[in-house]
Formats: sequence, structure tokens, C-alpha cells
Amino acid sequence: MHILAFLIRRAAQAMVVMFVISIIGFSIQDNLGDPLRELVGQSVSEAEREALRDELGLNDPFLVQYARFLGNAVQGDLGTSYFFKRPAIEVILDKFPATFELVLGAVFIFVSVSIPAGIYCAIHRDSWLSRIIMTGSIVGISIPVFLTAIFMVWLFGVELGWLPAFGRGDTVTLPWGWDTGFLTWDGISHLILPSITLSSIMLPLFIRLIRAEMLEAMGTDYVRFARAKGLSTWRVRYVHAFRNTLLPVVTVGGLMIGTLIAYTILTETVFQWPGMGFLFLEAVNRVDTPLIIAYIIVVGLIFVVVNTIVDFIYTLINPMVKLPGAKG
Amino acid sequence: MKTLRTLATAAAFFVGAAGLGAAQTLNFAYDADPVSLDPHEQLSGGTLQMAHMVFDPLIRWNKDLGFDPRLAESWERVDDTTMRFTLRDGVTFHSGNPMTAEDVVWTIERLKESPDFKGIFAGWVSATALDDTTVEIKTDGPSPLVLHTATYVFPMDKAFYEEGGAEIVKHGDSFASQNASGTGPFIVESREQGVKTVFQRNPNYWDTASPGNVQTAILTPIKEAPTRVAALLAGDVDFIAPVPPTDLDRIRDNDGTKLVTMTGTRIITLQLNQKRNEAFADPRVRQAIAYAINNEGIVDKIMKGFGTVAAQQSPAGYVGYNPDLTPRFDVAKAQALMEEAGYADGFSATMMCPNNRYVNDYKICEAAAAMLAKIKIDIDLTTMPKAQYWPKFDERAADIMMIGWHSDTEDSANFNEFLTMTPDADTGRGQYNSGNYSNPKVDELTLASLTETDPAKRAAMLQEVEKILYDEAAFIPLHWQDLAWGAREGVMIEDVLNVMNFPYLGDLVIEE
Repeated sequence: MHILAFLIRRAAQAMVVMFVISIIGFSIQDNLGDPLRELVGQSVSEAEREALRDELGLNDPFLVQYARFLGNAVQGDLGTSYFFKRPAIEVILDKFPATFELVLGAVFIFVSVSIPAGIYCAIHRDSWLSRIIMTGSIVGISIPVFLTAIFMVWLFGVELGWLPAFGRGDTVTLPWGWDTGFLTWDGISHLILPSITLSSIMLPLFIRLIRAEMLEAMGTDYVRFARAKGLSTWRVRYVHAFRNTLLPVVTVGGLMIGTLIAYTILTETVFQWPGMGFLFLEAVNRVDTPLIIAYIIVVGLIFVVVNTIVDFIYTLINPMVKLPGAKG
Repeated sequence: MKTLRTLATAAAFFVGAAGLGAAQTLNFAYDADPVSLDPHEQLSGGTLQMAHMVFDPLIRWNKDLGFDPRLAESWERVDDTTMRFTLRDGVTFHSGNPMTAEDVVWTIERLKESPDFKGIFAGWVSATALDDTTVEIKTDGPSPLVLHTATYVFPMDKAFYEEGGAEIVKHGDSFASQNASGTGPFIVESREQGVKTVFQRNPNYWDTASPGNVQTAILTPIKEAPTRVAALLAGDVDFIAPVPPTDLDRIRDNDGTKLVTMTGTRIITLQLNQKRNEAFADPRVRQAIAYAINNEGIVDKIMKGFGTVAAQQSPAGYVGYNPDLTPRFDVAKAQALMEEAGYADGFSATMMCPNNRYVNDYKICEAAAAMLAKIKIDIDLTTMPKAQYWPKFDERAADIMMIGWHSDTEDSANFNEFLTMTPDADTGRGQYNSGNYSNPKVDELTLASLTETDPAKRAAMLQEVEKILYDEAAFIPLHWQDLAWGAREGVMIEDVLNVMNFPYLGDLVIEE
């Protein structure tokens, strides 16, 4: 029963979060610029623009506009994008698969690299390979992501010509309307550069984190006891010690999802990846306010959902952890 | 998708083999894609580029800024206020409907409803179909610009749009923004806005003399300039525009790609607000600024040669271009003028510029501010994205503001109507004159030029206006922004490009 209580509580929190986000988004929209300028040509008169502004309801007082927005929002309508001329939420959901697959690609890369590398560096602390990895991770952590992106485009896209440097390639539409790039070689080859770029922000951090946690775990009493009991080195390292390094890794990972979403904006823009982040930056450039507000609300929701999932994973890794807010 | 494309190309190959020669696929990337498939929704470069692919104008500009017949075979001036266009016979729309004078009249009436286009068509009081192939245009007075305006008439399929929905919607969905039936060389096969638009050649295209052999054209908008350039260099696309000034040499020097540049027609200027800053009301101060700003240096150093130094609004080739006006950079003279005006110790002024609207806009402003410091004008410069800039511009929020202008009519009078005539909220004249410059002579000559049908007299009037503006330093002209396109070798873009930046892709030839 307590899982249900937990979920209800989380849903309520999500509502509050999204409500607050919508107010913030709405109150900054006047500073984003004049959407009319993006809708009309240069020689359209001021009177004409004023009439359009009226038609769009942009001249109404803040509270009237917000109340109207809220009224529509509770019915699932977050407004209509000025540029796409379709419901903003629909436009965003159309782009969601692209971003999701990019993030999945990045997560796949950093999980499959950072765990072995982190463990290796903890166990063989003084080997030359560890030193290279640790030095490399410092360099990696200090290079801005757009620099990595442009470097990737230049090296693999232009100079070597190995991999495509923009777009998503050929996609296959799955029965439930999800466009996936995972099923064609063209789609996967397009995914490689952007997902390496995106993972490059997390990778060094996770290698260092796993190494530090692993080192700590290796020095604890239960590991020494397990050894004394005569368990195999393999079992001690990978089952006993490693499992206990995971909790902080998952915590940080959950927090980093926010950073990851922020960096999808940069990565997608450089690689022209047709996802939500790219869409958002374009929307900002075009002063497409309904789309901007819908995006930040959707991202707010993603945050809440991801953190809920992280809390669940906790209980799987360490049964001693209770779901927050649930009585045990 | 890929198999589909291959199939389409293969099918096209057989169709093409019978007629024109091998069919080709063109992958091209612009910095943006058109907002809508409705050619009347927004007056912008993107819309017109699309219109020249999917629709056809009555007449179109050629490279020498003359007019070539398209859907109008010929035209004749009946009297001072009447022009008659004879339409090509046997042209059909993509839907299969025949194109007649009715469609043209309907299109013109629709243009007069469009917020973006109605200004251009304001002088056209009526359009009448005399018979199936003759359209008569009446203007409210003698008009020298009927043909200029006719380049904006892209006949639309009346029956098709009336059935589906013909209304022009600036925000929100409409039938016309998602569906198109024109007479143009390409048919829109699929369109994912902001991601990809696929065009297929119109098998029934009327212009059988066109050398064009592009069967499939795929437009991918690539906003980021370095990514766009990389896509061309890597061979992912065949043709890109625009090319940023920093990459001109790279595309020119790279094996397998070529660069085409042209002197553009967009003038970049600084306006000096005489109402906000009284110093600017003194013509000597404005002249001092014109002398202090080294626009040749700006073109050389900041624009890397990617611009043409200007001393007036009209680019060479326009009727109003006055060849006597030359750039004037002379700091000593500028200082003398400042002294004469009583500002030997200088003054301070605010300045605002966009940072993502024109090529290197904010760098130009930074340089201008540094140049003005030499004549002791202390500039407080603010730069901002265009989204924030335009509302500020409308407020006239700084003493010096930057604006670039391209004449929608490709005619000199348009610059004056918007930039230098006395601002008047009722007539809309001087809408972008943030300097509040006002000279009755300029107003009078400009208005007279709008009804003068004798080309020689008209040119004299407009050139005189340029001279007055130059002498009084009504604004500070900087340069005309150049245009640049990059393409793979074998893609003969140089034959279809023009200074309006409407590549006539229907006529594009790709060599094997």
C-alpha cells in the first residue's frame, strides 16, 4: 500500500512544481521579446501588428492571460505554437523520441565506460592506465560541451568523413507512433557523435565518483571480513564492494539528469538533432512563447518522474532504504 | 525513407530519361525553412524562396534586375493607370486544375487581404479577368512599380484552396499553410517543419525549355553556421546558404566545393535620434560622425571583405543609385566639424544594436563606438538578441540605433518610405526612421517618384534624394551586406542565383 501513497504524494508534488514553473515561465514571457516581429514581415504597419496582438490576447493584463492559460492547461491544452501552428504539447511530444534516444545513447556510453573504468582505477590505483584515465577525466571535465561537439563534427564529420555530423538519419516508425533511429544503421551512425558528446559531460565525473566510492568500500570492515571469510576476490570486489558504491552513484545520476537535459539543448543544436532541446532553442529565437512555456513544464514533469524512479531504484539496491514519505 | 527516396529517384530516372537527361537529387541546407506553405502568410526571404519552387510568379527578376516573363507571357501598359498581362496558355496547377485569369485575380485579391502583402498591393485598385488569359490591373494613380509588384503575384489554385480553406492565418493552423497547389517546378511531397521538406519535380511543368534536371530536392534547415558548413564539406549536402564570412575561404579553397558571392542589396545603417539627443539635430555633428566612422575599415577587418562599402541607401543597379556619392572617412575633418558645432569636448550618447540579426552586427557597433570615442563622443552601447531588439527599436530606446534594410520592391523609393521620410503614424511612412530625420524636400521627391512613370525623371528624383541625405548626413550608411552560397562542384548554382536571394532551383542543372 505504501507505494501507492508514495505515488500520490509525488503526483501532488509534481502538480505544485509545474504550477510554480508555469507562473515563472509566464511572468518572464514579456522579456523574451515581441512574438509579433517574428510573425510578420518588415513593412507591416504598427497598427496592423497591434490588431494581431489584440487578436492573440497579448494585450490583456497578466492575470487574465494567466487565468486563461491555466484554464486551458488543466484541460491538457498548453497553447498553440506560433511557428508550428499546432498544439505546443503535440509538437514537443513529437520531438521527445529523438531526445530520449539521444539521452539513452549517452547513458549507454557512460554506463558501459564509467563503471569498468572506475572500478579498474580503484583496484589498480597506480597502474599507468589508471593514471591516463584519471588525467584524461580532468581534461574531459574541463572542456565545454559545445567545443567537444564542434571538434567531433570537424574531426569525424569533415576531416575523416567517417560519421554523419547532422540530423538523425533514417528512422523507422514503430506501431505506437514512436520514430526510432535504433533500427537502421543510418540512424545509429547519426546517433554516435551526438551521444558521445553528450556523455562526455558525465563520463569523467562518474569515473571519478565510482573510483572514490569503490576505494572507500574496499577499505570497509565488511569487505575485509568477507576476504577473511575466504570469499573469492572476484565476489568480494564485484558483489560486495561494488553494490555499495551504487547508492551514491544513483543519487548523483538522478541529480545529473537535469544537467543532461540542459546539455541536450547545446548538443542537439550543434548536431541539428531534431529533438526537444533544439526545438526549445529555436523557440526562444523565434519568441514562440507558448512553446517555450510548454517545454519548461514538460521538462519539470520529466524531473519529477526521474526522481521518483531514482527513489524506487534506491529500494532495489539497498532494501534498508524506505521510500520517502512512506511509513514502514 | 531511404528506399522510398531511391525508388522515387529510380522512377524519376525513367521519366527523365525520356525527356531531359538524367534526373538528379539535390540536398540543400538553409539557415531556416519557410514558416508556412502559404505564400501570402509572411513576407520573408524563406517564403519567397519556397514560392519560387512550388509556385511561379507572373514575372520574375533576372540577374540584371530586369523582368523575365513567367506565367505572364507578355504585358502592355494601356494607359497611365492600367496594365494588361497576357497569361501563358495551357498551364496547370499541381492539382490538375488549369490556371486561368480567374485564379490570378483571386490570388491578387487574397494578397490584398494579407497583413504582410497588403502594403505592397495598396496601389492596385482592381484586377479584372478580361478573358481566360488576360488580366487587367488598375492602379490608383500613375505607377512606375506595377511590374515590381507583379513579381509578388504567385497564382494560386482557386478551386483547390476554396475547397480546402483559403483563409490566411498568421498564428494557428490553416489549410493553406499545410497544403499547396501552385504551378511551380516542384511539388511538396512531405514536410516536417524545421526538420526536412522533400520536393519532387512537377512532371507537367509548363516550362519545358528549362534546363533544370533536379528531380528530388530535399531542404534541411541547419541553423548553426559551422554545422551547415561542415555538412557541405563532408558531402552530406550539395548546396548551402548563407555561408558565414569566417568560412568563405574554406569553402573556396576546399577541393570539390565552390563559393559564389554577390554584392547584396541590404544596406546596414546607424540612425541618429535627433529628438532624444539634441546634438544630433545639428547636421554638423551628424556629418562629423559620418567622417569619423571608417566603414571601409569595418568591411575589411570585421566583415573580412564580405560587404560593399556604402555611402547611400541604394545599391548600384537601383534607379536611385547616385554614383557621385563616395565614402568619407576623415578623422581630422570630423574633429573640425565637432568643434564648429560647439562640441569640441564631445558628449555622451547611448547606442543599441542587435546581436543576431545582421552579419557581425554587434561587432560593427563595438567598432563604431570605438571610432566615435576618437571625436570624444562617449558611447554607452547595449547589444541584445533581435527578439528583444525590435521592441526597443519601436520604442526608440537609444540615441543611436542600428537597422538594416532590404527594399521589398527592389526599388530605391522603398528605403525612403520606411527609413528617411518624416515619421507619420497615419500613413505609416517613416515607420523605421528612429532618427526622426525630417526634410520636406525628401518627402516631396519620394512621393513624386511613386507616381512618376518616366524612368529618367524618376531616377533623377531618387538620386537627388540620396544626395540630400548624404549632404545632411541623415543617417550613417555602413555597407551593403554581401550574399554567399556554397555548393559542391558540378552543382551549377551560379546560373540560378540572383541578388534577391531567390535561387531558381527549377532551372538548376547538376552535372553528372
